[in-house]
Amino acid sequence: MTDAPERVYLDHAATTPMLPEAIETMTALLGRVGNPSSLHASGRDARRVVEESRERIAQSLDCRPGEVVFTSGGTEADNLALKGVHWARNGAAAVRTRILTTAVEHHAVLDPLHWLAERGAAVELLPVDASGRLDLDAFEASIEADPDSVSLASVMWANNEVGTVQPVAEVVEIAHRHGIPVHTDAVQAIGILPVAFAASGVDALTLTGHKVGGPFGVGALVVRRELAVVPLVHGGGQERDVRSGTIDAPAIAGFARAVEASVADQQKRAAHLAELRTELVRRVLAAVPDVQVSGQAAELLPGHAHLRFPGCEGDSLLMLLDAQGIECSTGSACNAGVPQASHVLLAMGCSEAEARSSLRFTLGHTSTAHDVERLAAAIGPAVERARAAAQPRGLR
Amino acid sequence: MKVLAAMSGGVDSAVAAARAAEAGHEVTGIHLALSRNPKSYRSGARGCCTIEDSNDARRAADVIGIPFYVWDMSDRFHDDVVEDFMAEYAAGRTPNPCLRCNEKIKFAAVLDRALALGFDAVATGHYAKLRTGADGLFELHRAEDPGKDQSYVLGVLTQDQLAHSLFPLGDSHKQQVRAEAERRGLMVAHKPDSHDICFIADGDNAGWLREKLGDRLPNDGGDIVDQATGEVLGRHGGTTAYTIGQRRGLAIGRPAADGKPRFVLDIEPVSGTVTVGPRERLRVDRISGIKARWCGTVPERLEGSVQLRAHGAEHRAVVRVIDETVEIELVDPAEGIAPGQAAVIYDGTRVVGSATISATARSEALR
Repeated sequence: MTDAPERVYLDHAATTPMLPEAIETMTALLGRVGNPSSLHASGRDARRVVEESRERIAQSLDCRPGEVVFTSGGTEADNLALKGVHWARNGAAAVRTRILTTAVEHHAVLDPLHWLAERGAAVELLPVDASGRLDLDAFEASIEADPDSVSLASVMWANNEVGTVQPVAEVVEIAHRHGIPVHTDAVQAIGILPVAFAASGVDALTLTGHKVGGPFGVGALVVRRELAVVPLVHGGGQERDVRSGTIDAPAIAGFARAVEASVADQQKRAAHLAELRTELVRRVLAAVPDVQVSGQAAELLPGHAHLRFPGCEGDSLLMLLDAQGIECSTGSACNAGVPQASHVLLAMGCSEAEARSSLRFTLGHTSTAHDVERLAAAIGPAVERARAAAQPRGLR
Repeated sequence: MKVLAAMSGGVDSAVAAARAAEAGHEVTGIHLALSRNPKSYRSGARGCCTIEDSNDARRAADVIGIPFYVWDMSDRFHDDVVEDFMAEYAAGRTPNPCLRCNEKIKFAAVLDRALALGFDAVATGHYAKLRTGADGLFELHRAEDPGKDQSYVLGVLTQDQLAHSLFPLGDSHKQQVRAEAERRGLMVAHKPDSHDICFIADGDNAGWLREKLGDRLPNDGGDIVDQATGEVLGRHGGTTAYTIGQRRGLAIGRPAADGKPRFVLDIEPVSGTVTVGPRERLRVDRISGIKARWCGTVPERLEGSVQLRAHGAEHRAVVRVIDETVEIELVDPAEGIAPGQAAVIYDGTRVVGSATISATARSEALR
């Protein structure tokens, strides 16, 4: 067997390496005893770590510490926001049955909404344009058709696959005119775009550790104190009585450190990523002139390059690049395994074949010009081969 | 060589992949996702189409130390195997979907894609031997383990397909393969063998066909008729529940005059008539086959043997080839041969080719 090739990691939107300072903070705490809910000195020490972490996150995200509810990650935070807020609002007024969202949300939003829809909620997946951006007129029209029946709206800050930035400010403006709370899944945006909770006007916001250089298994829902949330997980009521479960102080500390560092670096990082992305797209286009760049007409996350290769199956291409150490994705990693055409691409008006011809390259804090160089050298021959594989030889 | 190992999640394909890697090939493992909705296919450890099987294959690839991917072949599988299976039953025949899958999916769609992506061969866990003959052609032979021999289901492969195939288990016995899996630390070492048809979850073929065929069912019932007297012995609920040679489930309710059991002799899909009779009437010694496929040189006339069902007995036979069809004279008569099944033709241990059985008959000698 040949030696494994040097790895080029171009899948930062799936997960990004932990920042050294986050590793340091977290590992230093792993050897300490103390349940943050205990009353003795060790418990108080652990609690102090958690509360300081909460304050750091609040400082970085322009929210109050009391608005930060720690969860096991983005998926739990999305579930808590959607189910928890809907149950509370629908419980307070049974007429509130409608939940408005976009057709391009992550499965962590779409699946809980589908689950709620099976139990009586009326979920509306609002259309997006060819760049994946929410159609605000459709959103407004949907609300105004019957504002009192809307329980909540959920619109992601930026799309995980294509990178399209959503018009969250406009969504908030429209929804708040009718007193409708807005949740946003900002998992992809923290540390990449400027995100300020209070200034944005959103009522609930999801973030997660491993997308910002923190650990896996920890995230948070930032949610206004005034907004009632019915808990999903019952137990000790550790997090504001909204979320139960022993508090993971080391992970939370690592998470907070990563949020703080990535938000502090946001501007510089965004500029660096944008520069690399421009070069990546330019080089791929030079090698494969008929490549299609998704979402170009909209504002995109600076590190996202979502490309469609006509005549290729994305998963063939992924395998060929992987064999050379170049790591990317065909859609969101949750779809990995059995490849299916991305609902995001289909909602943008792509055909099934177009959707299956796509690859997502996402840059992050460890990305370099060398990574782009390696991809540029490999992509042309890989595309040629993948195209041949899509044309059956007909051995039968 | 760059080898693509098709890994079902079972012990055989895992060991086949491990052997290919150990032989120095650059091996990549793939699991074929064949079901559009994995939950609708069989669950548990018996089949080859579940998420659990995909995970087992992935873990085996981890242990072997090879890359692993899932290839979605569900559309092709549905069009070429499942639809064909239904159409054959609707026409009153009894197809073998495993042969069809080898012919159309594993050694066609998968192999085509593999070659185009830069692989040289596809390796599977089938028990069969590949040899190079004196004429330089690739030859497919029966496996060393007669109990596991799968040359029958590979009888549809052509020279071009054989040239790009690897069957690393052909010289081994199943017990050795299980022991080797254990030694290699493959968790699937004790996984039960798969049986039956992978896309029919509970093994209830008739129920599955009734549900899937719906309006396309050839009939929803008909008469059960005695072959000797023409007497109507009873009614049945649809011919797809029957296959030639079947004894159970006839629901005739009364014994034959001679007290002997009766068997399905013939199925008429349009009228729905199922003809039954005594066992000796099942014996046939003339078989006509269509859609012949040849592993290498096409014979004109061959004194060899044929196998008429998976794990069935070998029958000495004289085979004559006329264009795409074959006429087979059995020296050793066979019983309960259903149109739609494959007749695989052997010369000694070597597979010569195969044909789909279109008709059977009884010569004077059997009357």
